[in-house]
Parts: sequence; structure tokens; C-alpha cells
Amino acid sequence: MGELVQHLLNATILGGTYALLGIGLTLIFGIMRVVNFTHGELYAFGAYCMYALAMLLGVNFFVALVLAMILGAALGAVLEIVLLSRLRGADIDTTMLVMIGAWIVMQNTEQLVWSGVALSIANPFPADPLVMGPLSVSWNRVFVFAAALLLIAGTYHLVNRTRLGKAMRATFQDRDTAALMGIRIDRIHTATFALGSSLAAAAGALLGPVFVVAPTMGDLAASKAFAIVILGGLGSVTGATLGGFILAFVEEIGAGYISSGYRDAMGFLLIILILLVRPTGLFAQKERIG
Amino acid sequence: MSRLLVSILVALLASVPLWLTDFYYLHVLIVTGIFIVAAMSLNLLLGYTGQLSLGHVAFFGIGAYTSALVSLGFEVHILPDVTVGMAPKPVWFAMLCATAVAGLTGYAIGKLSFRVRGAYFVIVSISFAEVVRLVALNWVELTQGPMALNNIPALTLGFDGFELSFLRKPAFYLLVLTMLVVCYVIIARLVNSRAGRAMIALRENESLAMSVGIDVTRYLVVATVVSAAMAGMAGALYTHYIRIVDPDIFLFIYTVTMVIMVVTGGKGTLAGPIVGGVIFGIVPEVLRGMEIRPEVQWIAYGVLMVLVVYFLPRGIVPAIESYMSSRRRAPKGEAVAVAPEAPQQ
Repeated sequence: MGELVQHLLNATILGGTYALLGIGLTLIFGIMRVVNFTHGELYAFGAYCMYALAMLLGVNFFVALVLAMILGAALGAVLEIVLLSRLRGADIDTTMLVMIGAWIVMQNTEQLVWSGVALSIANPFPADPLVMGPLSVSWNRVFVFAAALLLIAGTYHLVNRTRLGKAMRATFQDRDTAALMGIRIDRIHTATFALGSSLAAAAGALLGPVFVVAPTMGDLAASKAFAIVILGGLGSVTGATLGGFILAFVEEIGAGYISSGYRDAMGFLLIILILLVRPTGLFAQKERIG
Repeated sequence: MSRLLVSILVALLASVPLWLTDFYYLHVLIVTGIFIVAAMSLNLLLGYTGQLSLGHVAFFGIGAYTSALVSLGFEVHILPDVTVGMAPKPVWFAMLCATAVAGLTGYAIGKLSFRVRGAYFVIVSISFAEVVRLVALNWVELTQGPMALNNIPALTLGFDGFELSFLRKPAFYLLVLTMLVVCYVIIARLVNSRAGRAMIALRENESLAMSVGIDVTRYLVVATVVSAAMAGMAGALYTHYIRIVDPDIFLFIYTVTMVIMVVTGGKGTLAGPIVGGVIFGIVPEVLRGMEIRPEVQWIAYGVLMVLVVYFLPRGIVPAIESYMSSRRRAPKGEAVAVAPEAPQQ
């Protein structure tokens, strides 16, 4: 019993960062109709920023976190302006190919700059875990969970309560009408991509100190983000949040009771299962069958 | 291209082992040839039906593993006391099995994943390849996992006394060339048939194709089966050439390589994957000769991919074709603006 509760606790804490990854990807797809293959690299970028700032330049841990998010947003904005702004209205396969190209360039640049050696980031939290009866969890993970929840809440507020969020939602519903109402679609696209990138970089900066930082870390993160948005339905922020937690639970339970070697396969198996049973996804309202 | 020109080209390629004595170059040509077959099979899905399938390497890898396992023999415990196994079989039979198993997988995956389109389909196809890779990595009893399957036998054909061995590079080169020509002919026949026209129709406008009575899912599944079987065959060729196979064969980067070959050469054209395949088969070797680090080489790939999408969105072959046809028309003084036509065959 205690073991199960410990698994559930681990899953909840993992789910927070998964949700963060999924929300970034789903926002970009929902508003821009772009499948962002660079999402995992932006995650890795966040982790490397954290390493460079906190470990090499000696910046305070929490300041470095904020800076990593800002740099992630900046990189996202640059990617959007350089690569995607000239592809407005292009079909989804075209933008996907461009994003795959960008993904290859980014990952190999990381490899070139940082080499393949995994790096670790020190964190300022006490080494002794937080113990509650039979359960234990490290302070660093508690912080990661709290920060992830804060960022998710912030994103909900931004999307649902601000002018920018309103413009985003309008663009999501009908791009042309939104443009006619005076919304600057180009700016909304850049802002959305920057926001999604910033969330991915935040997830990387939060998880970098938990795990290690390596050039290929983005691939796994990207594949999980894809699984999460398929679970939740592409374009749905609520779906991505729930999808993040569902994936974390399935992985944790699957790794704990079936086989830890297949941990990373769980998300994909879940996708295939959902397609068999319910091709419209768990939370998507929109028609998606061809 | 006229039939005569194609025959001359094939004859020229067939004569390569006679005058090219450096086995390193022959090796490059063999691997390039195998990847061209894989890229041609991907082109059937990507170019003709318009489905961006990013799990294609799964079929290639399934073919490679099936062929390796059938030719080596295997034994696995399904349940603690139930064992399934197979004694080693001849390599030609193993390669046929690989083609069949990959084709069957294609059927199952096609049936399943064509319930969705667009971005969903792309992600599902990637997921499928990842699951297969993780199975290959973790089912150690069957696949040896990361230890890889070693000592895979080379292909030999014939009876006692008259044996044709494909262990040496010149013979294997001719085998790959033959397979390439066979696959090319199959694809050319298919896309110029009724089924091929149906595929192109659904690529151009799926709703319209459905409205005139084309059973869209059926043709998509047909294309997937042919494409998967061909990729599986290419994987089998690869495995009996390299003679070792490990789970890295399923890495996403190989799918990306195939996609780059098809997109650069020209998706939806018969010659496109060949042109793209030759470029991306030879260029890495040239870059390696210049002692450029592999990361830089990959960065160049990525940049090239982006540039091709921007400046040659339909690929090299259609660009050359439209240039040739505009030159042919020019002397007649007909200032006809050539509308971007749908990719020919």
C-alpha cells in the first residue's frame, strides 16, 4: 500500500512538469497549426541555460531559472520570426519539415557546443528528503512541482484573463475573423511561440537539476510532449494538463508494476490504445478524422 | 526520361563493379542503393498519397530483425513453460519472410493509424517506430537488446556444387541494383495504375476523391502495405550486408534521412528519391573525406532541408523538369507562363 502511494506521489510530481511541456506544445499547435519539433530542443536549451548561468557564471539558482525562461522565450521568438513567419498559410506538412530541419540544427549545435558528456547542476535545497510517514520525496522535486503548478496557473491566467490571451483565443477560433477585428495575427503567432518555448525552457530548467543535462535529453521530452497532446487533443490546454498527469501516472504505475524498461513506451502504447478505442481523443471536441 | 536512356543508365550502373576496384566506393554505393530503395518506398506514402509518415524506419528495422532472426534461428519463452522457436532457415527465405512480416505490419498499422490524419497521423507514426525500438531494446531474449544480433549469414543462392554467394561486395552491389530496378518498376506500375490515380486523387483533395467513390482508407492501406514490404526488403538487404543489427536501426534520424532524400529529390516523382538518395548517400562521404565533424554535417543537413522547403518546395526533379519544358517551349516564341503543374508521375 505504501509503495502504491509512493508511486502516486511520484507520478503527481512528475505530472506537473509533463503538463508544462504539453501545454507549450498544444498552445503552439492550437493557435499556429504548427507541430513544433523543436519543442524538445527548447527544453534542452532551458536546461543548458540553467547550467551555463548557475554553474559557470555563478548566478543565483532562482534568478537563473527566470533568466532561462526569458532566454527560451527569446529563442522561440527568433525561431518564429526567422523560420515560420514566411510560411503563413502553408500546409502543415511544410511547416513540419522546416521544424524537423530546425530540430536537427539545434540538437547538433548543442552537441557541438557542449559535447555529448552529461552535465549535472547543483541545487540549493537540503539533501535530506522530505519524509512523511512511509513516503519520502526530495525537496528539489517539491520545488519543481510547486514551480510547475505556479507556471500552469500563470498560463491559464494569461490565456483566459488577459487581452493577449483573448486575442490568442480569438485567433485559435478563427484566424481570418480575428484579423478583421484588428488583431495583429503575426504578433500573436510570435507571442504564442515565445510563450510555448518559454514553458518548454522552464520545464528543462526545472528538471535539469533533477536529472542530468545532455544533448539528447530533448528527444525524450519531445516524444512525451507529443503523447500528452495526443491524449488531451491538440490545441486543448486543459487536455494537455490532464494528459500530462495521466501520462505520468501510467508511466509510474507501468514502470513500478510491469517493467521499467518499457517506461518510455507507455505513452506511445497509450496513444495506440486510445486510437483503437476512441480515435477522437479523450478531451478533444473537434473533428479530427479525415 | 526515355526508356532507352534508362536502359543505358542501368547498364552503366551494372558495369560499375568491372571498373571500380576500390571496395570503399563500392560500399558507399551499396549503402546508398539500399537507402534509395527505402526512400522510394517512403515516397509512395509521402509523395503519392500525401501522408507524412514519420515512422517509416520501423518497417526497415522490422525487415532487418525478421531476416536476421529467421536466418539465425531463435527461441523465446512466451510463458514460463511455453517456448516458441525456429531453426535457422536459408537467407533467401528469411528475406522473403522479412518482406512479408513488414507488409503485414504495414497492413495493421495502416488500418489503425489511418483513422486519423494530419498532425495526429504524423505523431502516431512516430510513436509506432518508438514502441518498436523499445521492444527491440528490451526483449533481450529475442533480439539480444543492445548487445545486437551478430554473425548474420550472408546471402547464398543455388544448390550443392553451384553456389552463388553474395558475400563479396561486387556481387552484393549487383543484387542491390537488381532490387532497386525491381522496386522502381513495381512503383512505376502501381502509380500509373487505377490504384495510383486513386492515391493521387486523395492526395490532391480527399473529400473530392471520396465523393467520386474512391475508397480512401483502402487505397491508403494498399499503399502502406506495398511501401512497408519494400522497406522491409531494404532492411533485410541491409542486415545481410552489414551482418549485425542493433536497436539503433530504429532511430528517428534514419526516418529523417529518408524524408530528406524524398523531399529534396522531389516527392511524388519516380526519379525524386533516386536523385535525393544519391545526393545524401554521397555527400556525407565527401564531407567525411574533408574531415568535417558529424555534428557539422548534420547541421548542414538541417539547413539544407529548410532551404529546400523554402526555395525548391517541390524538389529538384520537378524543378529540372519545369526548367527543361520552359526551355523547350521558348524558341517557338510562345510566352506561356507555365503554371505549377501537379507533380508528374
